[in-house]
Amino acid sequence: MGKVRSLNDLKNMREKLKSKASLRKKGGQTEKVVQVKVAMATCCIASGSRETMNYLTDELEKRNIDAEVTQTGCMGYCYAEPTVEVTIPGKDAVIFGYVDEKKADEIIEKYIKGGELVEGIIPVNYKNIEEIN
Amino acid sequence: MSEYKLHLLVCGGTSCRNLQSDTLAENLKTEIDKQGLTDVAQVVKTGCFGLCDKGTVVKVIPENIFYAHVKPEDAKDIVEEHIIKGRKVERLLYTDPDKKQIRIALRNCGIIDPENINEYIERNGYEALGKVLSEMTPEEAIKLLIDSGLRGRGGGGFPAGIKWDLTRKVESSIKFVVCNADEGDPGAFMDRSILEGDPHSVLEAMAINGYCTGSNYGLIYIRAEYPLAIERLKTAIKQAREYGFLGNNILGTGFSFDIEMRYGAGAFVCGEETALIHSMEGLRGEPTMKPPFPSVEGYLKKPTNVNNVETYANIPVIFSKGVKWFAKIGTEKSKGTKVFALAGKVNNVGLIEVPLGITLREVIFEIGGGIKGGKKFKAVQTGGPSGGCLTEKDLDTPIDYDNLIAAGSMMGSGGMIIMDEDDCMVDVAKFFLDFTVEESCGKCVPCRVGNKRLHELLNKITSGNGAKEDIDRLINLSNVIKDTSLCGLGQSSPNPVLSTIKNFRNEYDAHIDDKKCPAGVCKALMTYFIVEENCVGCTACARACPVGAISGERKEIHYIDPALCIKCGACEERCKFNAVIVK
Repeated sequence: MGKVRSLNDLKNMREKLKSKASLRKKGGQTEKVVQVKVAMATCCIASGSRETMNYLTDELEKRNIDAEVTQTGCMGYCYAEPTVEVTIPGKDAVIFGYVDEKKADEIIEKYIKGGELVEGIIPVNYKNIEEIN
Repeated sequence: MSEYKLHLLVCGGTSCRNLQSDTLAENLKTEIDKQGLTDVAQVVKTGCFGLCDKGTVVKVIPENIFYAHVKPEDAKDIVEEHIIKGRKVERLLYTDPDKKQIRIALRNCGIIDPENINEYIERNGYEALGKVLSEMTPEEAIKLLIDSGLRGRGGGGFPAGIKWDLTRKVESSIKFVVCNADEGDPGAFMDRSILEGDPHSVLEAMAINGYCTGSNYGLIYIRAEYPLAIERLKTAIKQAREYGFLGNNILGTGFSFDIEMRYGAGAFVCGEETALIHSMEGLRGEPTMKPPFPSVEGYLKKPTNVNNVETYANIPVIFSKGVKWFAKIGTEKSKGTKVFALAGKVNNVGLIEVPLGITLREVIFEIGGGIKGGKKFKAVQTGGPSGGCLTEKDLDTPIDYDNLIAAGSMMGSGGMIIMDEDDCMVDVAKFFLDFTVEESCGKCVPCRVGNKRLHELLNKITSGNGAKEDIDRLINLSNVIKDTSLCGLGQSSPNPVLSTIKNFRNEYDAHIDDKKCPAGVCKALMTYFIVEENCVGCTACARACPVGAISGERKEIHYIDPALCIKCGACEERCKFNAVIVK
C-alpha cells in the first residue's frame, strides 16, 4: 500500500473500502460470506476468547462454511465474556455471550447453518455516533 | 432445518427474570406450539437489554419492534395478534427504546479489527486529521476544541482546548505531545480497552494535537503491564507510517509528526503529569511543584502537552462531526460522554459510555441491571482511591464533573465500583488507603507518613481497638494531608476516609462503641458461636478447628472458646446443621 497523499486520496480510499463492505453486508453474489467477530481485549482473552476464536476458525473451515473470522476490541459486555458477533449476509448482526466451545458449536450448527437463534444473545444497549444526528 | 420468519427475544436479565420472564418465554412457546407455528417463530431468552424499568422487554426481529411491561399472561395476545394477524399489540408497544449509552470514545471498540487500519479508515478514520491539516489553521482548530467544551477525561477535568492553547502560545522550536496511558486505579480499564480496541483514534488525535500546538514529536507513556495494548499500538503506528498518516509531509500538507512509545513500570503516581514526565526522562517517577506547568516546561524542559487516552479518543469525532453535534450531548458545563468501568456488586459488569448528566440510578439499575443477588445497594465509589463514595441520596444526581465534587467525590478516570449491604465501609476506606500507602512515592512527608498513620488508625478501628476520638483524628489528619501534599495523589488520598465518615458515621461508631462490624466483614469484630438447638454433637467442627477452640463430648452440645478462636470460619464451613453462626 502506497502513501495516502491528500485528503481527497483518503476520501476515495474510504469510499472504496465502504462499497466493498456494503457489498459484503448485502450478500452480493461475489462475497456471500458469514462475518464472525470475536472480542479480543486482554480481559476477553483471559476469559477464553482466544480458544473460542481458534475453535470457530478451525470448525467453520472443517464444516465447509464460507466465513471470515476476525478479532475486534472490547465490546463492553464483560459479564458475558467471551462475546462473539455473527453477521449472516442480509441479516442484522447478532452478539452472543458466554461463547465457549460448546456454545460456538451450537452457534455454527443452529444459527449459521439454520438461522435458528440460540440462547445467550446480548442485546446492543448503546447508540453509536452514526445514530445521533 | 426450518428457516424462521421471526424471532421473539425475551429479556432474561436478572431484573426481568424477577418479573417472571422465564414463565413468559414458556407461555410464548406453548402458544406458538398450540397455533402450529413451531416452524415459523422462535422464542429465545437473551441477556439484559438495559431497560430494566420497562421489564419484561420483548423484542421482535427482524421487524425490530419492542414490547415493554410484558407479563406472562400477555403471551396469547402477542402470538395471536402479532404473529398470526400481523398486527402490533398496541397496548404493549414500546416505541423508540431509549438506549442510555452513547459511544463516542468507544465508537470503534468491538466493531473494527484494531490491527487493520483499513477498517479504521472505512469508519471515517484519519479524516479529522486530513480536514484539520488541509482546511484549518491551528488557531481555528484550537478554537473549535475550546468551543466544544471537551474536558480532560483523566480525572481533573481541565478544558482540553485551553491546555492546547497554553502549549501553543509558548515559543519553542521543540515541543512534545504526550499521551498519558498510565491507567492505575484499581478496577479501571477504560484506557486499556480503547488502546486495544481502537489505537488509531489516539494516534490521529495526537497528530492533530501536534499540528495545533506546534509539535512534531509524540510520545505515548504506557505501563508495561499492558502488553497487548502495547502490541496493538506498535502495529497501529507501523501501519499509520506506511499510509503516511505519521512521518514527513502528512497528506501532502507539509506537516510532519511521529510517535514513539515510552514504558512505565506501573506506578500509580506516574499518572500525575510531572511524575510521568520525569519517568519518561529516565528519572524517578516523582512529581514536582507546578508551576512551571508542563505546557511551559515539561519533557526535557520543553513545552509538553499531556492528555489522557480517552480525551484523545473523543477528539477526531469532535472535528469530523462538529461542535454543535458534540455540544448536544452532555450537560451545560460537562459536554460529551464518559466511559466508566462498571465493577463490583452489579449484575452487568462491563465497560460503558454514557452521556454526562445521566444519573447514577440509570447507570446502576438500568445499564448495570441492578445489584447482584437482589441485595440492597449501599454505595458507589467513583474516582477510585482519589474519589469518594456516593450513596442512596445521590442516586438521582446527574453525573458531571461539578456535581460529583459537590457530592464529595470526583469523576476521576472512570472506575465505578458498586457496593452492597455486605460491604463494610470502614474496610473499604482501608482498602483504598492500603493502595495509596503502597503507591505513595515517598517524596513529601504528608503523603508518605500521613497516609500510613491514617491506615494505622483504620486498622485500629477494624480490629476492635478504636477509641471515640479516633474519628476526629482521622478527619484532622485527612485535612492536613489534603492541604499540604505535593501532588494530586496525596491531595486526594484521604477522600475515601472523609467520605465514608461523612456518609457512614454509624458504621464507624458501631466498630468503635459496640465493637461490631454491621456488614460482617471485619474478622476481629466477629464472634463465632454454636446454636444449642441445632448442634447434634457430631464433632465435625471440633475436628476442623485448627486451634482447638471447640470443646464438647460426642453427641453433646459443643462450645467455642472466644479467647482461643481465631475466626477462620472453618467450623462454619464444616457444620452440616447450621449450628455455627457468626455475629
